[in-house]
Amino acid sequence: MHWIPVDHFQQWREAARRLITAAVPPEEINWISGGQPNLFGSEGDAAERAALESAAAEPPAPAFTVPSQFIELARHVACHRDPNRWELLYRALWRLKHAEPYLLEIVTDSDVRRLMLMQKAVTRDLHKMKAFVRFRQAVLGDEEVFIAWHRPDHRVVRLAAPFFARRFNGMNWSILTPDESVSWDQHQLHYGPGATVADAPDSDALENLWRTYYASIFNPARVKVAAMKRELPVRHWPTLPETSLIPELLRTAHSRMDQMIESKSGFEQTAAAFLPPKVDLPSLRQAAGVCTACDLYRDATQAVFGEGPPQAQIVLVGEQPGDREDLEGHPFVGPAGVLLDEALQAAGVPREDVYITNVVKHFKFTLRGKRRLHQKPNAREISACRPWLEAELGVIKPKMLVCLGATAAQALLGRNFRITQQRGQIIASDWCSRTLATWHPAAILRMPDPARREEMNAQLVSDLAQVH
Amino acid sequence: MDVSEKLAILADAAKYDASCASSGAKSTRAGSKLGSTEGMGICHSYTPDGRCISLLKLLLTNYCIYDCQYCVNRISSDTPRARFTVEEVVRLTIDFYKRNYIEGLFLSSGIIQNSDYTMQQLIAVAKQLRTVHQFGGYIHLKTIPNAAQELINEAGLWADRLSVNIELPTAADLRTLAPEKKQPQIVESMNGIKLKITEQRQEKAAGFQTPRFAPAGQSTQMIVGATATPDLEILKTAASLYDGPRLRRVYYSAYSPIPHADARLPGKSPSLVREHRLYQADWLLRFYGFTADEIVAEADHNLSLEIDPKTAWALANRHRFPVDVNTAPREELLRIPGVGVRNVARILQIRVHQRLRVADLKSLRVAWNRAAPFVVTADHNPALQVLDKQDLRTRLQPPATQLLLFDLTASSLSGEL
Ligand code: SF4
Ligand code: SF4
Repeated sequence: MHWIPVDHFQQWREAARRLITAAVPPEEINWISGGQPNLFGSEGDAAERAALESAAAEPPAPAFTVPSQFIELARHVACHRDPNRWELLYRALWRLKHAEPYLLEIVTDSDVRRLMLMQKAVTRDLHKMKAFVRFRQAVLGDEEVFIAWHRPDHRVVRLAAPFFARRFNGMNWSILTPDESVSWDQHQLHYGPGATVADAPDSDALENLWRTYYASIFNPARVKVAAMKRELPVRHWPTLPETSLIPELLRTAHSRMDQMIESKSGFEQTAAAFLPPKVDLPSLRQAAGVCTACDLYRDATQAVFGEGPPQAQIVLVGEQPGDREDLEGHPFVGPAGVLLDEALQAAGVPREDVYITNVVKHFKFTLRGKRRLHQKPNAREISACRPWLEAELGVIKPKMLVCLGATAAQALLGRNFRITQQRGQIIASDWCSRTLATWHPAAILRMPDPARREEMNAQLVSDLAQVH
Repeated sequence: MDVSEKLAILADAAKYDASCASSGAKSTRAGSKLGSTEGMGICHSYTPDGRCISLLKLLLTNYCIYDCQYCVNRISSDTPRARFTVEEVVRLTIDFYKRNYIEGLFLSSGIIQNSDYTMQQLIAVAKQLRTVHQFGGYIHLKTIPNAAQELINEAGLWADRLSVNIELPTAADLRTLAPEKKQPQIVESMNGIKLKITEQRQEKAAGFQTPRFAPAGQSTQMIVGATATPDLEILKTAASLYDGPRLRRVYYSAYSPIPHADARLPGKSPSLVREHRLYQADWLLRFYGFTADEIVAEADHNLSLEIDPKTAWALANRHRFPVDVNTAPREELLRIPGVGVRNVARILQIRVHQRLRVADLKSLRVAWNRAAPFVVTADHNPALQVLDKQDLRTRLQPPATQLLLFDLTASSLSGEL
């Protein structure tokens, strides 16, 4: 009987080479694993390590060769914690050398299967180490270092270290595990004894941002806890900062999803759902009166639909009804309406000839004390309300379309339209070959500088004069 | 708004993007100080929806001047908006990478000002990472629709992978839901990228020192279920993208229950099962020698939801079975339900040395319940007798829906069918 102490791959490889050459059959060997792995901790070991590592890099001794696939397999299996690994490896090697050169291809063989399962476990653990090591930043002297605490299932530190050296080439880092630790000084890897969690920093300022990312990228509509735990085994959770969020994310997933669905049902509608079967102005007006396609109907008094003769040649489109319009139910009856009337008159356009309407049909405001302050409608409200305007324009088919203000201009002429630059120009739109945009009367009223106000008013009049 | 608030908004907005895997760049960029790419990307974490976190997946901004109806960032949506600066994205990427949270960056964006301006911003992020930080990690840039080809070409110098989203399966679908995007233009951009990739390879093969160009190739994403277009059309489009611009991967994304979706879209999102079935069919297209017409044989031009596409094909083509695992050529082995590409390779390897029996197939972990009625082995295979039975389909249909979804997920990810 041969008693062979073995702790790591190189030792086994040397011994196995000797034993095979001496034709010692597997049954006559007793492999003894030391309790502790060879840590190459002391200085004296350095020479031995160098020798072993260079031996490992060379092709196997000339006495015999084995498939490189087997060397790969053995290198991984050697890191497994199963005490029978050495014996199993030797038996496979023995069989490879004695009449079964294709053994490794017979993946259905029971020895090969066991070895492959071990290899798979080690490879998986190695993979998880590459994935789950989390560095924390620390400052030593005036150097920035990154330190990680990790608990691998098998002894994979040495298999993984070169990967980290390649990836974090320009950083000083250390990875601490219970069995062994390794660090990189941007030139060389250094291995050291095992460590404890207390040896690593206990936090990192970036971890909160990482948690924010983790929580935001999660889709609460698709919870799959089992799938997550299969890939992110619970035993690794303590060293992964993001996992502290998981219970909370799962607890609130349902309500977050309900929120998603609810906000969807509240918003997915547009006024198209409220269009009457018969499309003429009276039916449209009536239907808009009960529209609830966006939230604006809630606080407003009533919908304010367009007004004017159905055969009007000119259509003016404003933004939305104001305080007075909301109470009275007619468009442009407040101060802005007065100004508009004056401008129309100055331009020689009788108000009876025009149809006047708004992009959004309900008044949007915020309360300041008792006063209701006008608020701009948002993109959502504009697009929800759009079908009303489109229907009005479809019925009237105007010869001339005037957008009052930026909201109307952008709704009808596209989002790139700039009223400050393109005011007063006649352009073709989808609704009318002669479309122009000018100031909204309310914008003129709000202008503090009297000279500028005068100028804008004159521009409004001259723009309106073009409609003839 | 601080970086953390922006991150919450712009990561949330990116989460519906399916094309997030980081794979395919086999070697690290020369001169890198931080980061490496060595083939398959690593999943650094998993969210409770079971998805892998590999890349920092962000939108540069979710402001957008377009109005694609299936997208939560469209201009008419009232979703909260944010915009990162180029420097903020670079900083986040480096900080996350140094702590080993991620494999790299996946960056996309809504369109601000115009397509070219937005594309330039994306390029600036990638270029800064590469040239200022010597970053060697993975970068996937999503090109902006209608951006100039020169800009796309520049992006390819810094990115590992480029993608141009096909968005919807047909040109008509795009016209209804995303009128600002045109299918011919999209395909043209893809062809432009393919041309650059081939050029670069040829020059390199001829011994020239040429800069890298999108070494991980290009991919695309298609939203399914937002229109009534059937699976057959979807798979035909995918097949044409694999053949023409030589895409590495087409990602299918079930039209998500995104907030505030437009009324023109079907209210319910199609089942996840459909998404998985499409992935399974996609593997069959790419690795099993099937054509789209063969895979989708149902009258309504959709894949069966109850049964996987390979088994469905075998049921419809029983005259081509049983197949003898010890003698059949590779193409025929690939068509056996439940025997994946990897197992076909193993079978071919083993049978050089010994004849395969039922027990061998089982120990290879083929999906024996599906494969059994279709194969001849060296020993007696009792399951063979049901091949001609009327109720074979019901026998092969997985019993519990729970199990179904689990099986589905596994095989649509691994491609072993
Ligand atoms: S503003 Fe328009 S869309 Fe909103 S409720 Fe009123 S009429 Fe309907
Ligand atoms: S261009 Fe992109 S971000 Fe903008 S709406 Fe369309 S899909 Fe959404």
